[in-house]
Amino acid sequence: MTAAQYEQFSNYAVASATGILALAFVAYVAQWGFARKIAPDRELVTAGGAGEAPTAEDTASERSDVAGGIGFSLTGLAWLVLLAGVIARGLSAERVPWGNMYEFGCAATLMALTAYIVLVRMWAIDWVGPIITGFGTVVLGLSALVFVPPGPLVPALHSYWLVIHVLGAMISGSAFLVGAAASVLYLVKARAERTTPEEDRVGFLWRIPPSAKIDQVAYRVHAFAFPIWTFAALIAGPIWAQYAWGRYWGWDPKEVWAFITWVVYAGYLHARATAGWKGKAAAIIALIGFATFVFNFVGINLFVSGMHSYAK
Amino acid sequence: MSSNAVPSLGRREFTRWFWRQLTSMRTALFLLLLLAIAAVPGSLVPQRGVDARAVEAYFLDHPKSAPTLDKLGFFSVYTSPWFSAVYLLLMISLIGCIVPRSFVYLRALRARPPKAPRNFSRLPASASFETSASVDEVVAAGRRTLGRARVDVVEGEPGTAEVSAERGFLREAGNLVFHISVVVVLVGVAVGTLFGYRGSAIVTEGQGFSNSLTQYDEFGSGSLFKADQLPPFSLKLDTFTAKFQPLGSQQAGAPRLFRAQGTYTAKPGAGERTFDITVNHPLEINGTSVFLVGQGYAPVLKVTDANGEVVFNEPVPFLPNDPSYTSTGVVKVPDAEPEQLGFQGFFLPTAASGANGASISVYPAAANPLLGLFVWHGDLGLDGGTPQSVYILDKSKMKQYMNGDKGYRVSLQPGQSQKLPNGGTIEFTGLKQFARFQISSSPGVQVPLIGIIAGLLGLVTSLTIKPRRTWIRARRDGSRTVVDVAVLDRVPRDDLPADLDDFLERFREALGETEEKAR
Ligand code: HEM
Repeated sequence: MTAAQYEQFSNYAVASATGILALAFVAYVAQWGFARKIAPDRELVTAGGAGEAPTAEDTASERSDVAGGIGFSLTGLAWLVLLAGVIARGLSAERVPWGNMYEFGCAATLMALTAYIVLVRMWAIDWVGPIITGFGTVVLGLSALVFVPPGPLVPALHSYWLVIHVLGAMISGSAFLVGAAASVLYLVKARAERTTPEEDRVGFLWRIPPSAKIDQVAYRVHAFAFPIWTFAALIAGPIWAQYAWGRYWGWDPKEVWAFITWVVYAGYLHARATAGWKGKAAAIIALIGFATFVFNFVGINLFVSGMHSYAK
Repeated sequence: MSSNAVPSLGRREFTRWFWRQLTSMRTALFLLLLLAIAAVPGSLVPQRGVDARAVEAYFLDHPKSAPTLDKLGFFSVYTSPWFSAVYLLLMISLIGCIVPRSFVYLRALRARPPKAPRNFSRLPASASFETSASVDEVVAAGRRTLGRARVDVVEGEPGTAEVSAERGFLREAGNLVFHISVVVVLVGVAVGTLFGYRGSAIVTEGQGFSNSLTQYDEFGSGSLFKADQLPPFSLKLDTFTAKFQPLGSQQAGAPRLFRAQGTYTAKPGAGERTFDITVNHPLEINGTSVFLVGQGYAPVLKVTDANGEVVFNEPVPFLPNDPSYTSTGVVKVPDAEPEQLGFQGFFLPTAASGANGASISVYPAAANPLLGLFVWHGDLGLDGGTPQSVYILDKSKMKQYMNGDKGYRVSLQPGQSQKLPNGGTIEFTGLKQFARFQISSSPGVQVPLIGIIAGLLGLVTSLTIKPRRTWIRARRDGSRTVVDVAVLDRVPRDDLPADLDDFLERFREALGETEEKAR
């Protein structure tokens, strides 16, 4: 195929992936919706009653499970199509496919979906599905707004540090996203556990793991992401900056926000070891950390001028 | 926490209370979050150390608020007293944390594993089983299963034994290494800044640069740096290549290649060598690095004065202001007679008429170069002794040549010349390019790098290792041995019961039995 054909293929693939991911989101929302009236240990209660006519709750439960299954399958499909789109984009431009904001949006979403699918297999975290697919759809949609045709890189990006530094940022960013999603659910669930009386505990919230378990997942992904972020932002970034601009750290707006993100997540890890800050406060700090991360890629790229030619 | 109690105010108690507050986890957390907040303004307001010109522009745009912000240090946030205060407090807190914890850790390294608690069922995970093996065999198998943990065996009354084991000491070591490395990085950065220097210089094709203070356009150095430490190299720029995405293609005008080629000598008398500097590939000369950080155009101008003398004939760098290289610059002709001349204006590599009739550049390569200048005459103010920027025309003692109510305007393309109102001429004889080099040295730049890599290893260690205590109690009961096992993680985790099951399985395998089930 020629570069132009790859480009066209890539554009179609990314657009399709956006649509499929949006459908996955809808399916996940339906999964929650169908489960509105189901008590958590429904299956156990009906287990003995073989041969009984299926109740409304059984159908709801079944529907909910089917919707969840569809959601996950569609997420997998979106991942596959997006993967093809990102690869085609790289083939079209003859370089790594993350050389500008549009490409970064696509590649980062691909990475986030990868993280999600891997973690669903490892720790059965499909309960963050709605948040991940919803967020991914929004990122892909917004990326389309900053679309540029594929082309060669500006000179400052001619470096293998582009591969290392940006890959590190995307991997840690994906884990931060999963961590943020888990933290949101942790806050919701922990609150519900405190306020909802036993008999009112129906709906999807009660079919996902208890808040302590969610907290554990959040901690693990953050503990995985933080060292990688340290590497990407505070080792690879400065080394590259040294080659490209002759200084390893210059308080460029992008560097400032990478540093802020790092400090906030260090705060998160400390909060977890501090009495009175564990749990709720720590989860909120994690969300602030994710907000600073997102702001760095949206706010700083679009509204603040700096040396990072990436943004343009 | 008793340390939170309001202190009774003896001075020593107060000091101790204050110190304990400062080095508490809560304070560390607070200072970390404060540091994050304190860093924010510097990304929203231009910074002197990063872009001094942007700061000046900010003052023009916000005449009301800028002076106040300036007083508060908002234009040099990262060297401002309040930012320094936060990170110095964090440093002190950090050191105050590390030192005592290191001692505690060293003591813990030599300590024996803690004795088994009396009641295992109070621990987060415990189990029991019976086996036909003897107490000694149980102890031996337990040791084997515990592997590399530190193990202590206590023989009780005849027929009983207790095994205490502890592992995961590296976790705290990793944590300490990480925190120490934060200090190392900051000290390394400070040293590099104190002894380092950084400056930038514009070098036009065919011209040279020698590494001394007067040759720099901008120069900054740490307070312990001495100007006579500048390594005495010199370089000459022969050709500069700039390539842009061609007109009519996608992303037309996007930069594709910048490359500076020429020769240099590392010190006077040394042999001449060639260099080839591109973005991301600096030239290294004896610990100093020469980076290519910018480029632009330098029209070669020839000025003849009213007496017919050639009083100026050299390239003049025009500094680019936008991605299409719309550039501005100044020409000073002090030797012109009868009066000194000054020119100020713009250079457009690819001129086109803009919407309101003004000329703009639409493409960064020199496809249709155009030079537009206004002319002043009088006293350039060069004799006053105060150094002047070559990019700013001091018009206080000069008068502009007028053409009706508009300024008299020189408008030239390469090869053209134009008469000046006083009788002289100005000619645009050719076009050269210039490179902007950044020349810098930060001694010991490896220290922060090594520090942060060590820190990363420490961090990974501390985040992955589980510190765990395991106890095994064996008691002979008739022909069987009753074995109780309990585990405790010093960092609570939810996978403890699963780990215990796993441990039991391996333990019983080591005992040579797999069938019996734990009670
Ligand atoms: C620039 C400043 C700092 C950074 C970037 C930082 C970062 C970190 C990180 C990433 C961890 C997580 C390691 C783990 O979970 O085992 C941690 C843990 C810890 N930090 Fe800091 N820290 C800083 C300052 C401080 C200060 C000032 C103190 C003193 C109060 C401190 C005390 C601790 C302690 C005691 C732990 C262990 C928590 C645990 O039990 O897991 N840190 N720090």
